Amino acid sequence: MDALQIVFLLTSLVILAASVAVVTVRNLIHAALSLIVALFGVAVLFVLLEAGFLAAVQVVLYIGAIAILIIFAIMLTRRVMQDTSTQTNAMWWVSAVMAVVLMAALAWLFMPGMSPLTFAITPLVPPADSLARLGASFVDPNQYALPFEVASILLLMAMVGSIVIAGEKK
Amino acid sequence: MIPLHWYLLLAAALFCIGLYGVLARKNAVAILMSIELMLNAVIINLVAFWHYLTPLVASGQMFAIIVYVVAACEAAVGLALVISIYRQRNTVVAEEIDLMKW
Amino acid sequence: MHLETLAPLTWLIPLPPLLAFFLIVLFTNRNKALSHTVALVCMLTSWALSWYLFFQVVRVEHFGHEVIESAVNWLPFGSEEVGTEALKMGVLVDPLTAIMLFFVPLCCVLIFVYSIGYHNFGKPRDAHDMPGNPPHGGIEPMYSRFFAFLSLFACGMLTLVVADNLLLMFVGWEIMGLCSYLLIGFWYAREYPDQYQITPRQASVKAFLTTRVGDVFMMLGIVYLYTITDTLSFREILYNEEVLHHLAEMPSVIVGLPAAGLIGLLLFTGTVGKSAQFPLHFWLPDAMEGPTPVSAMIHAATMVSAGVYAMIRMYPLMSAGWHHGSPLTAPMAAMAFIGAFTALFAATIAVAQNDVKKVLAYSTISQLGYMIAALGIGAYVAAVFHLMTHAFFKALLFLGSGSVIHGVEHGVHHTHDHIDPQDMRNMGGLKDRMPWTFWTFLIGGFALSGFPFITAGFWSKDAILGGAFEAGQWVVFGTLALSALLTAFYTMRQISLTFLGQPRTKAAAHATEDDPIFYPIILALVPLAFFAIAAGWVGIPNDFLGLQLGEINWIHEFVGGTLLEHPPAEVFNIIPLLTSILVAGGGLLIGWWLYKDIKANQADPLEAPLGPVYTLLKNKYYFDTGKYKTAAGEYGDNLIQALFVRPTVWLSEVFVSIWVDKNTIDSVLHGVSLFALNLGTAFRTYFEKPVINDSPDHLANGVQRFGRSIRVIQTGRIQQYLVVIMVIVIAIGATLFAVGR
Repeated sequence: MDALQIVFLLTSLVILAASVAVVTVRNLIHAALSLIVALFGVAVLFVLLEAGFLAAVQVVLYIGAIAILIIFAIMLTRRVMQDTSTQTNAMWWVSAVMAVVLMAALAWLFMPGMSPLTFAITPLVPPADSLARLGASFVDPNQYALPFEVASILLLMAMVGSIVIAGEKK
Repeated sequence: MIPLHWYLLLAAALFCIGLYGVLARKNAVAILMSIELMLNAVIINLVAFWHYLTPLVASGQMFAIIVYVVAACEAAVGLALVISIYRQRNTVVAEEIDLMKW
Repeated sequence: MHLETLAPLTWLIPLPPLLAFFLIVLFTNRNKALSHTVALVCMLTSWALSWYLFFQVVRVEHFGHEVIESAVNWLPFGSEEVGTEALKMGVLVDPLTAIMLFFVPLCCVLIFVYSIGYHNFGKPRDAHDMPGNPPHGGIEPMYSRFFAFLSLFACGMLTLVVADNLLLMFVGWEIMGLCSYLLIGFWYAREYPDQYQITPRQASVKAFLTTRVGDVFMMLGIVYLYTITDTLSFREILYNEEVLHHLAEMPSVIVGLPAAGLIGLLLFTGTVGKSAQFPLHFWLPDAMEGPTPVSAMIHAATMVSAGVYAMIRMYPLMSAGWHHGSPLTAPMAAMAFIGAFTALFAATIAVAQNDVKKVLAYSTISQLGYMIAALGIGAYVAAVFHLMTHAFFKALLFLGSGSVIHGVEHGVHHTHDHIDPQDMRNMGGLKDRMPWTFWTFLIGGFALSGFPFITAGFWSKDAILGGAFEAGQWVVFGTLALSALLTAFYTMRQISLTFLGQPRTKAAAHATEDDPIFYPIILALVPLAFFAIAAGWVGIPNDFLGLQLGEINWIHEFVGGTLLEHPPAEVFNIIPLLTSILVAGGGLLIGWWLYKDIKANQADPLEAPLGPVYTLLKNKYYFDTGKYKTAAGEYGDNLIQALFVRPTVWLSEVFVSIWVDKNTIDSVLHGVSLFALNLGTAFRTYFEKPVINDSPDHLANGVQRFGRSIRVIQTGRIQQYLVVIMVIVIAIGATLFAVGR
């Protein structure tokens, strides 16, 4: 058990705890804050995976934008949730059972002893200029320039769409 | 060294928790939060595979970026929808939005 | 002149009247003067042609051996036996035809002329006269039509006369049948107050149907003849010894009767119908409903003569196998019997008739019986002779009676004394008022009675009686003599009642001949009177009264040439001569004496002595159609009604209509339909409705119910959908995993 593994285990513990909180607490603000914690944990995980850029993107994008957006939405729809009824609907036990079953199946699939698949043990070393390569791939017409452009259009559409949908109707 | 399957297991667990949240929570915003969790699980998976199998090409990370973009769009539009529905029906409980039935 | 050159003229003879018919019908119908001119001109043409032909052939030696004949191939059936290539149609002029061509067209022309006056030409049309009813003094509204029909009639008769085969003769026969129907029913709209008095329409139908009965048998005879001999040409059958012999020997389908006999009997039946012999005689008196020129034409000169002509023409066939002295063949015996019987029978009825035209009608039937009887006993030339003279004097008598009727009608109009102008009891004393009519009628009447020596009828009747006497046929002789007595009697009765004595009604007192319409009438009567006297002189026997007068019996010479063997000249015998004179003179005297001075409303002198016999005679032996008012005022049935009409009506109304049709056939039909109905209903109820009709409904209902029960899944809640999806995905995954293992 070396240091990386311990870090990993702690981080994953945090992530899992936070995500469980997200799906269980009654107070939505608390759920949103738990989400932020979980997302932070995921960023740490990215660092462990030597994808530093992605960790930064995670924090900036997810936490800085999406989570804030969620908090805004919570605040804008807050009146209704003043009551303290249950947070889960009638079928929660079916969902729980299913989640457990799915987890069990995936766990069986990913456990090296039981699964027919084999997994790598040691990570490979990414090159030093992986970020540069990433950036270059975005603008290289032989690589991923097109998805890049499409993604930008998608963002544009989403922006316009959400403005239209959420805008005040006169 | 952290074996790959630890990452995969983590991502699976995160995914299942998110799934439970989607199916079991009443509030629409809470459902959207759970969807974000599921997306995060996916990104973890992608990056783990990039790191352990093909770190030399950028496509793993690129895919992750695209997933981010999609997640952002979806969150934006979804929340806009929730707000719009809230204005119309004065509720964000997913169970009460059931007009498209028989 | 060579006979062949005359053949085209022969073809032309029947055609002018036919042309007149079409011209009048198609073009000149509206113009009355033009119509009668066309008809008269065409008839005159035919007459001129006929007389030209006649006067050419009488000069030919042994005419009869040589004849005018011309034929064209008509149908391509031939046979090698008789040597023909095809069925031919053509014309033939032999001595018999020549005689016919002498008197037929002449009578027709005179009748045409008469009709101009009879139908009041020159008078304006009376506003009250409608077509279909006789006019009241104005011109006949259907004037042109009359001449058209008369022309067609003349065409038919001339066709019959010049025909060279049975089929063409039959064509002419039928044309005349049609025309008699058209002309008897000329006044088709005429009705009588007494419902049982026969109307012109009924009379015309009666005439046609009765003659039709005869025609059917005649057709059978023609067909039978054709099947045996493969030809219908007169020259080939009748002037041919082998064929006649063959026919006389060959057995027919009836045992004991040779083919010639059967054919002869069948053909004779046609004559019985057409020439009104017993038992098919009853149409002729009722045919008097037609206008008088029609009666003259049809029942004196032409149509009834056609029947006798047919018999005369077929005489060689009828007498095949017979020669003088041997027993009569079957057709001859039939002719003799029926002819003699009819002669007497009709004469007895004529004695009790009061209508001037009915007397003449029965007289015609009687005289035709004479001719048939003459043929029956083998007096060939006598029959032809009497045919010719009869045409003249009977036409004269009919036309005279028409003149009388017109005169009395004139009187009726003047005095408004509404009596029947045809009833002799309403006449009397017309001798002074209508002199021309009286003298010509007298001549005709004497000719009919056989007034000795000067009238034509005497010579021809004497020839018949002489023939009967010579042949040893005493029964026939006696019957004919008795009929001659009655003939003279009723003729004198008629003349006396009509012309002698004093007028019995005001109308008769005012009858007159002075009107211009009588000019054509008298113009027609005079030539007929001349021939009624003169025509007899051609037949004076060569050895009359024992005197050897030389070859003055022209008619015997000429007509006898028609046959293969020239018939032997009659040996003169005083007995028939005396008998003729006695019966004629006696009958005339008695008639004159009884009827010379009958007063108005005086009963008939015969009524009292004869009693019920008189009633029997007056009602024509209760023979034919129409009911008779009995003394008690009821209506009794008559023989034809009882024998034929009632059973036929019963057959159709009761037997066929009710028993067969309604009860039997209809019940079968109803049974079938009921069965079909039940079958269909059962099919519908038990199969179609539940299975085919209702099962789709059930299917649809089932689907609907199923859908209704399932749709609760669709709650509209997303999370429930998602849960279901997840469950199913996991289930599929597990299944695939288990299968993959």
